[in-house]
Amino acid sequence: MPRFRMNLMVCTGTGCVSNGAFRIKEALEREIQKHALQDEIQIVTTGCNGFCANGPIVVVQPDGIFYQMLTEKDIPFLVEEHFLKGRPVQKLMYVPPETKSPVPHMRDIGFFKKQRLIALANRGIVDPEKIDEYIARDGYRGLLKALTSMTPVEIVEAIKKSGLRGRGGAGFPTGLKWEICRAQPGDEKYVICNADEGDPGAFMDRSIVESDPHSVLEGMLIGARAIGASHGFIYIRNEYPLALKRIKIAIQQAEEYGLIGDNILGTDFNFHVGVNRGAGAFVCGEETSLINSLEGKLPHPRVRPPYPAQSGYMGKPTNINNVETWANVPRILQYGAEWFAGIGTEKSKGTKVFSLVGKVNNTGLVEVPMGITLREIIFDIGGGIQNGKKFKAVQTGGPSGGCIPESMLDIPVDFESLTKAGSIMGSGGMIVMDEDTCMVEVARYFLAFTQDESCGKCTFCRIGTKRMLEILERITKGEGKEEDIEKLEQLSVNVKMGSLCALGQTAPNPVITTLKHFRNEYLAHIRDNKCPAKQCKCLITYRIVPDNCVGCGACLRNCPVGAIAGEKKQLHVIDQEKCIKCGICLDSCRFSAVMVS
Amino acid sequence: MRLKPEDLDKISERMKATTLLREGAGNAKIIVHMGTCGIASGARKILSSFLRLVEEKDAKDIILTTSGCAGLCSKEPMATVELKGQPPVKYVDLTEEKVVRIFKEHILGGKIVTEYAFALGSERIS
Repeated sequence: MPRFRMNLMVCTGTGCVSNGAFRIKEALEREIQKHALQDEIQIVTTGCNGFCANGPIVVVQPDGIFYQMLTEKDIPFLVEEHFLKGRPVQKLMYVPPETKSPVPHMRDIGFFKKQRLIALANRGIVDPEKIDEYIARDGYRGLLKALTSMTPVEIVEAIKKSGLRGRGGAGFPTGLKWEICRAQPGDEKYVICNADEGDPGAFMDRSIVESDPHSVLEGMLIGARAIGASHGFIYIRNEYPLALKRIKIAIQQAEEYGLIGDNILGTDFNFHVGVNRGAGAFVCGEETSLINSLEGKLPHPRVRPPYPAQSGYMGKPTNINNVETWANVPRILQYGAEWFAGIGTEKSKGTKVFSLVGKVNNTGLVEVPMGITLREIIFDIGGGIQNGKKFKAVQTGGPSGGCIPESMLDIPVDFESLTKAGSIMGSGGMIVMDEDTCMVEVARYFLAFTQDESCGKCTFCRIGTKRMLEILERITKGEGKEEDIEKLEQLSVNVKMGSLCALGQTAPNPVITTLKHFRNEYLAHIRDNKCPAKQCKCLITYRIVPDNCVGCGACLRNCPVGAIAGEKKQLHVIDQEKCIKCGICLDSCRFSAVMVS
Repeated sequence: MRLKPEDLDKISERMKATTLLREGAGNAKIIVHMGTCGIASGARKILSSFLRLVEEKDAKDIILTTSGCAGLCSKEPMATVELKGQPPVKYVDLTEEKVVRIFKEHILGGKIVTEYAFALGSERIS
């Protein structure tokens, strides 16, 4: 086996791939060949590194030098300077906005410093398409332990003792779920991995499958052993082609090694797994709808009880967990329940993966210990708000989460605290909003999503959300009435109560929390016909300030509808009839002569 | 190939060099200084010799890496050897013969080859 002196860990998560990571990889290969370094330097494609905002990313090991925002034309210089001559290239390193001096090592970058990796422990370190690399990092040792030195009851006990709770949203204790399923009569039982991640702006599960698919498989194998199942399904979105490809490769490699199949590791344990692609319905992320979809039926939620643990796929006891939950299981078995229970808060143990997006400087995928504050995530890891703007709110838990204002930023991130704040942990979406975000529009946007994705089974979810959406649309157009607020509050309660599944039960959350924390914005829209954030198009006008306009013609040239008139070096004027309020004039003016009011 | 329980550890052992390299966690670290001055005086050959020795001995917990000019261009080629828990040692005016001895006596044997060593310690990087 050749010995390499250097490994180049090229991030090939979906974010970096869309920024050209594979072109970077090819350029690296070319240049390395050119300098005849191919026997000394290995190029490794990894899953998502997490710092998606700054991709494409290459981390150089053994020194842990972090290069970001690479382009093909940087590569010849990088290869010659660093990989041949050993001089790390400063201009390709991360530069924190506050100090302006480049940070060479990945571990010293603020974004990574406060993270603690359990579910993502292998991210950026293994090639997800090579099972040996997973095994080398203690992979499949949790399974080995489960098969050779633990009884199924002991496995369930270990998971219970660890305090692991479902990472898909509701936070149900995983060990208890397994215990209930295990206690059901019959030998035909199933385990399912829910990889139907549908929240807009959320990509935790995709990244886990893309960067470490074997951890999910190993978790499922352990779960199947614990509850007595010999068959499993991975239900994954068809919109995740790379994750789909990698999980299929992982299954094939595990089958070749006999880690999936009959008599696994020479024991009497058999397990087979199939992959099902989801067709893109948001409601399929709800467990009973997912099971219906898996059976070939319409994805409508089922009445519970009976719970899937009692009667799930084909009426058989079924244990369904989310990707991140499964990925935690192998480490709990390997390092022990006490180790896991020692991380996090009293009732929320371990870590949680969040996709940090919106108006923060460092968008990306972060894994943090439970109990960290929202402020630490947004300001220390996320690097604060873009363009020096002011923070306004953060929405946790995807479209059915709530908006949390600045006054509550110091609450610890755990299941209970977020619920108390009117939001949810959800699957881990985290959308940060700045002062330029209109909270009424935010509520409208998210409700439009959940309304559209309602499966239509329950009347309140189907029609109630529709009426709420109509009211919100009216308010954003400046046609709201005083009594609309009360109507929204009433409907929110009814939709929550009258819906079978979590989709309807949580859909009003953005409305409820924005009404609670940002009521003034609703009132400004309704009473004064004003949008304080200057975002709602019906309530704003663009004007040119005569004193500042130099008549350069930039706005005139850029206006897509020809609404601006004026001679060169003369005052320009916007025709309000023609203006579509796109804001291009504001962006193109270099003299602060365009004003929104 | 169907794995037996003991095969998992065999795979880990086979992959150990890669794992340690990526974790940056070897027992010994050899840094060959590859500035323009180093390259001009033959650092490339020094690097290849070390690489060959590491491969020959199949020593899995030795990390071989490069860095730039150490600032002492007249004494190139140079290399820094760091054993776990010990201060780094800088070797100067290296030749392939010296490399063989340093590898055998210091890196594998733990005994500094004082005649070739220039100084103990290494500069701090902010």
